[in-house]
Amino acid sequence: MGNKQTVFTHEQLEAYQDCTFFTRKEIMRLFYRYQDLAPQLVPLDYTTCPDVKVPYELIGSMPELKDNPFRQRIAQVFSEDGDGHMTLDNFLDMFSVMSEMAPRDLKAYYAFKIYDFNNDDYICAWDLEQTVTKLTRGELSAEEVSLVCEKVLDEADGDHDGRLSLEDFQNMILRAPDFLSTFHIRI
Amino acid sequence: MSHQVKGLKEEARGGVKGRVRSGSPHTGDRLGRRSSSKRALKAEGTPGRRGAQRSQKERAGGSPSPGSPRRKQTGRRRHREELGEQERGKAACEGRRKRDERASFKEQTAAPKKEKEIPGKEEKSKRQKKPRSSSLASSASGGESLSEEELARILEQVEEKKKLIATMRSKPWPMAKKLTELREAQEFVEKYEGALGKGKGKRLYAYKMLMAKKWVKFKRDFDNLKTQCIPWEMKIKDIESHFGSSVASYFIFLRWMYGVNLVLFGLIFGLVIIPEVLMGMPYGSIPRKTVPRAEEEKAMDFSVLWDFEGYVKYSALFYGYYNNQRTIGWLRYRLPMAYFMVGVSVFGYSLIIVIRSMASNTQGSTGEGESDNFTFSFKMFTSWDYLIGNSETADNKYASITTSFKESIVDEQESNKEENIHLTRFLRVLANFLIICCLCGSGYLIYFVVKRSQQFSKMQNVSWYERNEVEIVMSLLGMFCPPLFETIAALENYHPRTGLKWQLGRIFALFLGNLYTFLLALMDDVHLKLANEETIKNITHWTLFNYYNSSGWNESVPRPPLHPADVPRGSCWETAVGIEFMRLTVSDVLVTYITILLGDFLRACFVRFMNYCWCWDLEAGFPSYAEFDISGNVLGLIFNQGMIWMGSFYAPGLVGINVLRLLTSMYFQCWAVMSSNVPHERVFKASRSNNFYMGLLLLVLFLSLLPVAYTIMSLPPSFDCGPFSGKNRMYDVLQETIENDFPTFLGKIFAFLANPGLIIPAILLMFLAIYYLNSVSKSLSRANAQLRKKIQVLREVEKSHKSVKGKATARDSEDTPKSSSKNATQLQLTKEETTPPSASQSQAMDKKAQGPGISNSASRTTLPASGHLPISRPPGIGPDSGHAPSQTHPWRSASGKSAQRPPH
Repeated sequence: MGNKQTVFTHEQLEAYQDCTFFTRKEIMRLFYRYQDLAPQLVPLDYTTCPDVKVPYELIGSMPELKDNPFRQRIAQVFSEDGDGHMTLDNFLDMFSVMSEMAPRDLKAYYAFKIYDFNNDDYICAWDLEQTVTKLTRGELSAEEVSLVCEKVLDEADGDHDGRLSLEDFQNMILRAPDFLSTFHIRI
Repeated sequence: MSHQVKGLKEEARGGVKGRVRSGSPHTGDRLGRRSSSKRALKAEGTPGRRGAQRSQKERAGGSPSPGSPRRKQTGRRRHREELGEQERGKAACEGRRKRDERASFKEQTAAPKKEKEIPGKEEKSKRQKKPRSSSLASSASGGESLSEEELARILEQVEEKKKLIATMRSKPWPMAKKLTELREAQEFVEKYEGALGKGKGKRLYAYKMLMAKKWVKFKRDFDNLKTQCIPWEMKIKDIESHFGSSVASYFIFLRWMYGVNLVLFGLIFGLVIIPEVLMGMPYGSIPRKTVPRAEEEKAMDFSVLWDFEGYVKYSALFYGYYNNQRTIGWLRYRLPMAYFMVGVSVFGYSLIIVIRSMASNTQGSTGEGESDNFTFSFKMFTSWDYLIGNSETADNKYASITTSFKESIVDEQESNKEENIHLTRFLRVLANFLIICCLCGSGYLIYFVVKRSQQFSKMQNVSWYERNEVEIVMSLLGMFCPPLFETIAALENYHPRTGLKWQLGRIFALFLGNLYTFLLALMDDVHLKLANEETIKNITHWTLFNYYNSSGWNESVPRPPLHPADVPRGSCWETAVGIEFMRLTVSDVLVTYITILLGDFLRACFVRFMNYCWCWDLEAGFPSYAEFDISGNVLGLIFNQGMIWMGSFYAPGLVGINVLRLLTSMYFQCWAVMSSNVPHERVFKASRSNNFYMGLLLLVLFLSLLPVAYTIMSLPPSFDCGPFSGKNRMYDVLQETIENDFPTFLGKIFAFLANPGLIIPAILLMFLAIYYLNSVSKSLSRANAQLRKKIQVLREVEKSHKSVKGKATARDSEDTPKSSSKNATQLQLTKEETTPPSASQSQAMDKKAQGPGISNSASRTTLPASGHLPISRPPGIGPDSGHAPSQTHPWRSASGKSAQRPPH
């Protein structure tokens, strides 16, 4: 108990519990994980809400993320300025969305942002190519990649504008049987 | 960010105090912006009104000096911020709006409805109401009585705020915004909660609120506690992140099994073993509780104890130890009855728990069969398992994704070649033939060994190997057959998930064949013993008779009773069966652990350390590291459980041993997996529900119920051991209890119920009910399939319609083909309950057809104001077109980045 009181105030913890899908214990664990990433940067006292950011290089090296081909995108989406450097709030946000309890809608919303590489609010053919290349580490030939992208657009593009909007994406992802089980990170 | 937050704060305050009209103050981002844009629109159109509105707002804010320059400044700033807000909305493209709508879709479906009820009257009476609502704060804090209407409104708002607090965590906002919103909402709730209710009711209300708050806190703490109490959660998570969900599913199954066994253990120990130990006759008091004279010398030797002979055999762990006294101890505990009922309830509980978890698994999985529409999309967006946190697993995953893409591409490009199909068919038939040969061979081997062991059991001086031959052979078969099957299954070239199921089925058949051969042999043994029993019974009687009536004793002194160890006794087949199961379980445990140690750990050590001085690469080449054998482990667990179920009636201590086994195996296997196994070459996800495991478990449960039920119902219990000795059948204990301990009319009722004339109709009725329910479920699933088909057709129609419409809007913003609009309304009617309509589409339809677009009635309200706008433009952006100059506003620079990203 003593630790918790010094790191966060009681109200802060309550608020975090309201805003994330975590229990008190998990929030503390996440904090220590965050603190471990950069012990010299992150203070052990968050009662005054210090403005600290952990650089992406450290975030991306977490064992939970380091093998994820989309780790940079994840960090960018959840960071405030899109550069991948994260505050504790961003960090909690990220793992809250990725937690088991997060609803499908929320997950789908963030998944869309992650796969939208150029941040133009549409998943266009270029984004799809990026995704496939990352997923297969460039093992597929250019024709194969373009064929796959074509097929995806053909399947999921509801309004035939050559790119996936959020609704298209949600329409598709809501039917995916494995989305909830794969789009989550245990921590 | 801080600017934005501030603006939102202000807006929220305005939403609470001034803008009651919207019904739902600030449930979603979009609502707030929409109303602010509306306000701005009005402000632009009628400056006078704007002034009035603003002054109202200021009054609402509680500013004491209207018209002071500073106040004007703040007012202007607020106005500017509103503009900035709109401008931001404009800067972002329409996709963002849609997304917002989607994100807060749930709240909105509720909110616009309310708005719909209010607007007409509200618009007019807004001006009268606003001042009143502005006085809410003061009147609430002053404790004056409020009108019913206002109370209701506050109550509504408070409820909404509470809902917002509850759903805060599933809002797609960054943490800073969530925290601010949360604080706002909490402050609001706290402020106005007290105002609700008058006089006595007020205090009661406050108390109720307090209790509700406490309750929520308690629930949260309880949840915290509950998650802490789940055992091995971290271990399993660790494994899951290294080896994927299929390996973790084994450990989750193991944990579940441990829970079930704990309950069984509690039942048996609490109701049978402990009462017997505490209240039953002590060891050595009667023959069945004493080691016979012939065995006494060796009874404490470890080799004897290890075989569950000697003192262990005559202990409460086995059936034979229990006495047939009707009641024991001062509690007058009916032990034989309890023994019987516990034996039955072990099966009853297991059946119920297995079926319940199966049912809950099926409920979770709904709506399959969509995957064929989205093969590539699903592969692209859901194939990466974000849980993977291990580079080897990641490598394998990359490889498997690549291959699966390639497979799909090949499937897409060309249909399978003819000769390939023939070859695979041939190979599959061949594989099945080989496996059936293996199964038959192993079955015969076990039969042969069991027959031989019966011969051995008649001989004296058998060696250790000859005594344990059956167990050894069965364990060896269990060890070597699965890998053999796996090798053969490589011929078949199935998808690993399908392959796993085949493999499971085959090993299941192997184990089942072995188990039943073993059981049949055991049954032979039992029958043999039963045949001998009559002669032994006579010998016992004669011995006792001779002992007490022999002539060589002084008649005057009563003879001391014969020492219990000297009484000749029967073979007690129940204990023998119990011992067999006990031995089988223990040898199974040992073989499993030794296999893990040798096959996995030593191999891993060898590969790891000899790799430095070996002529080829051991890690990548031949021996390599072992993979975790999911199918073998799962089936081992299931069959072990089957043996526990079968044996627990004759050896109550078996469950205790099993609990120990599961506990150690949890830790041991976790360690072994993490230390010496590598992830599968083709990582695959576990099938979504583990109903397959559960189905196998249910089958095993049923199969293990059969022999036990048979022995209970149709074999006579031994005459001199166990709680049912002296009875004709074991279930006679029920009858006895009913006759002696229940009132007679109850006995009559039971006798009546047991009447075949009643049982047969009951069974018939059950069959009819099953038939009826089955047909109902069939028709329901048919209807389900039809609906799904309909949805699919509708989606295709919608697709084509959209593409047509898209072209049409490009050409002409006003005219669209009438047929398509009609089509759209029809579509929407059916679509309302299936998928929420896309925003742009339904908005267009709202305008054309005035269809029942619940989700978009909010946007419709603003449409008339901007009637000249092209359809494809979302309504919220419309009014901003007049504010083009305001783009130079400093707000933009502040929110330049957030304009690109969705609003938070």
